[in-house]
Amino acid sequence: MTGTETALNLARAQFAFTVSFHFIFPAFSIGLASYLAVLEGLWLKTGKPVYENLFRYWIKIFSIVFGMGVVSGIVMSYQFGTNWAVFSDKTGAIVGPLMAYEVLSAFFLEAGFLGVMLFGVTKVGPKLHFFATCMVAFGTLISATWILAANSWMQTPAGFTLNEVGQFVPKGSWIPIIFNPSFPYRFVHTVIAAFLTTSLVVGAVGAWHLLRDGQNAGARTMFSMAMWMAAIVAPIQILAGDTQGLNTQEYQPAKVMAMEGHFDSYAAGAPLVLIGIPDEENRRMSHSLEIPKLSSLILAHDLNAPLAGLDTIPRKDWPPVAIIFWSFRVMVALGVAILGLGLFSVLARARGKLYEWPLLHRLAVLMGPAGFIAVIAGWVTTEVGRQPFTVYHALRTAESVSPIASPGVTGSLIAFVVVYFATFVSGGIYIVKLMAKPPSTHESLPEPASPRTAGITPAAAIKSGGGA
Amino acid sequence: MQSELTVIWAGIIVFAVAMYVVMDGFDLGIGILFTRFRVGTERNTAMNAIAPVWDGNETWLVLGGGGLMAAFPLAYAIILPALYAPMIAMLLGLVFRGVAFEFRWRDPNHRARWDAGFCIGSIVATFAQGITLGALLQGIKISGRAYAGGYWDWITPFSLLTGVSLVAGYALLGACWLIWKTSGQVQEEARRFAKTLTSALLAAIAAVSVYTPFLNVKYYDTWFTWPGVCALGVMPVVVAGIGLLLYRRIGKGRDFAPFALTLGLFGLSLLGLAISMWPDLIPSRLSIWNAAAPRSSQLFMLVGACALMPLILGYTAWSYWVFRGKVSETGYH
Ligand code: HDD
Ligand code: HEM
Ligand code: HEM
Repeated sequence: MTGTETALNLARAQFAFTVSFHFIFPAFSIGLASYLAVLEGLWLKTGKPVYENLFRYWIKIFSIVFGMGVVSGIVMSYQFGTNWAVFSDKTGAIVGPLMAYEVLSAFFLEAGFLGVMLFGVTKVGPKLHFFATCMVAFGTLISATWILAANSWMQTPAGFTLNEVGQFVPKGSWIPIIFNPSFPYRFVHTVIAAFLTTSLVVGAVGAWHLLRDGQNAGARTMFSMAMWMAAIVAPIQILAGDTQGLNTQEYQPAKVMAMEGHFDSYAAGAPLVLIGIPDEENRRMSHSLEIPKLSSLILAHDLNAPLAGLDTIPRKDWPPVAIIFWSFRVMVALGVAILGLGLFSVLARARGKLYEWPLLHRLAVLMGPAGFIAVIAGWVTTEVGRQPFTVYHALRTAESVSPIASPGVTGSLIAFVVVYFATFVSGGIYIVKLMAKPPSTHESLPEPASPRTAGITPAAAIKSGGGA
Repeated sequence: MQSELTVIWAGIIVFAVAMYVVMDGFDLGIGILFTRFRVGTERNTAMNAIAPVWDGNETWLVLGGGGLMAAFPLAYAIILPALYAPMIAMLLGLVFRGVAFEFRWRDPNHRARWDAGFCIGSIVATFAQGITLGALLQGIKISGRAYAGGYWDWITPFSLLTGVSLVAGYALLGACWLIWKTSGQVQEEARRFAKTLTSALLAAIAAVSVYTPFLNVKYYDTWFTWPGVCALGVMPVVVAGIGLLLYRRIGKGRDFAPFALTLGLFGLSLLGLAISMWPDLIPSRLSIWNAAAPRSSQLFMLVGACALMPLILGYTAWSYWVFRGKVSETGYH
């Protein structure tokens, strides 16, 4: 590897590491913010204390997740400049305004109402507080809209021309730029992914406490809500994924070929490769297990349709096949597993055993982290599949990078790894600790909104929290 | 029209940076002073004075950076690689600062560690921002459309000076915020810090002001010819005046005046900076005109900025209003 190549790969590793870490938090906070709004709305409407307590239970977790999302996100917005300077110069006029809109319409909204949401319960009336919660939830969705518009534009660029110095500039209207061909699909699939991720976490926490105390009202309510979500949304997510795949096939065929492991073209009826080892050097799959003609059925809705393979793509435009092949399988396998959990819960509900079926609860606990893994696997498929371009077929990754030599990038990458593990792993531990505590009938508010009455020691607080 | 839009965008970015410096300035400042407060009530109170607002304050930094990328992509693409190490340091400092708000409550056993992280993160982030300012003022090497200097070019006596100056400046803002928002022991401590810091900041402003004209002939010409000399004559007097008033108000039991006067000092420094730099983004190498994004991009964003900025300022003001008044250890009264 030449020096510049090493520097490029380090920059890619750094971007992949930091953005993957970042997205773990929004994947949770987008879903959790909406869940909190639902809980607070239900509490306002029904007056049932269980909703208020669940709201207080999850808002403490939300505040940690959100904080980590913010700080890891700020890193992202500066990293375009520090590590992808040429990319920033060239696409700044298109990607920049989309992200500026994200700041103006989403980040300020979230941040402005977050303080009131977290610490203002005792300062403003319940209706106004509910409004603040809704604004934060709304903000997370707007944020997803703009950033996904930017990302989708890089995947399926539209509405641009190149100016005399080689910058991408808008050709006319901004509508084709924002609503580029992959944006609607990506938006639906990613937002549903966030809801699904959250419901799996909420479901796992509910199940964990049901296994210990089947009568805990909070645990029952959250488990039931989460399982509804998983059962209803998982099939929709699979459908959304399927349509997105068809769209990708139209605009980024090489990515789908890599996902499918199709090195060769098929004149009639391409098989679905369930599993196998992609061998890029020899351009073939080894040890593969295939179902004849199924891939043509999925991708062309016709058993005998011809399907092009990577042999139709110049070698220099191939994405790394093995990574995509595997990450796609991880995502799909988890999608099927989540669907299975959802169906199981429907069965348990039909039999009236939703709260009394330990096997279901154990499975739900096991599936708690599945959403995060699926989300990251999905993004790896998407982003690695876009290689070797940053702007698909218009700007190569190798031509996007900053003129920073490898020692510089090595140093920053190590610093990111060390700091992220030190801080975010601690944060993860604090979240798990909060989750390990069963929801009580007197949930406290996050500090500093909740006056910690003198005399109540932490031990006493934990005890009173334990008795549900 | 293109050129007017460019000026408007330069103005918006200066506004975002100014908002950032003032708003995140006071919470970074409290971070800088944090471990000097006594463990327990004092620290908890200081933390509570910023917990509900820090996220909004930091968002101005994202607007400054994102706005620069969108409106002046070339400047963004040159400045950030030129300042690679300080930028990464700033981002990592902000990570520690940002997570500490939650983590210190969650983990009483390691609270001292997160408090230290909060303080060090704030100092690192501030120092890196100050260095960035100094490095930008002293100039950045360019060839073609890219940064052409080395990895360590940003380290000079001048940039270290601006780094230290900003630490003093933010710390003063933080102390004055605490004078305004707290009472009792914390407030008294803050008054003591503010006194020392006022002298430090005035010295720093003087040093930077004397140094700057000699960095670049352009600055020298700006300040020593008409109409710059007018400003040159007036500015030191005004700064000294505000400084003196500030020094006296800190001791006199006025709660809001010190913060307002410190804002005045920051405003004047920023004005001086703008006079030095105008109309360049990278002194003598890249003007706002050369770095500007096409009209379509600037116009598209301007529509959004005009529609949303009043709303943003409105609900930001509202959230400050909700948390008005003095804070205590257990929240707001
Ligand atoms: C809980 C998360 C989750 C689950 C269960 C699934 N996905 Fe997914 N998938 C995502 C979360 C996700 C994602 C993180 O949201 C991605 C990354 C970028 C994007 O657009 O969505 C994604 C990308 C993504 C892509 C790449 C699109 C592109 O790069 O253009 C395809 C083809 C699919 N998905 C298809 C599926 C199928 C067929 C699934 C069902 C079995 C499935 N996904 C389950
Ligand atoms: C949040 C979910 C995301 C994840 C997990 C993710 C993941 C990745 C990964 C794994 C890479 C490295 C690909 C490779 O080098 O082979 C990458 C690169 C990159 N991604 Fe993403 N990405 C995400 C979202 C985004 C978004 C929203 C944008 C833009 C708005 C973006 C822009 C880029 C850029 C500029 C690169 C660097 C160039 C490159 O290597 O392609 N990513 N990302
Ligand atoms: C490379 C791409 C990305 C960049 C540059 C980026 C930038 C940022 C920034 C700067 C923040 C902090 C905002 C604040 O100060 O309040 C943030 C938070 C956030 N981002 Fe990202 N982001 C990226 C990818 C994504 C993706 C793909 C999504 C969603 C689909 C997303 C959703 C969010 C949300 C919802 C928040 C709010 C904080 C949280 O929920 O934890 N981001 N992002």
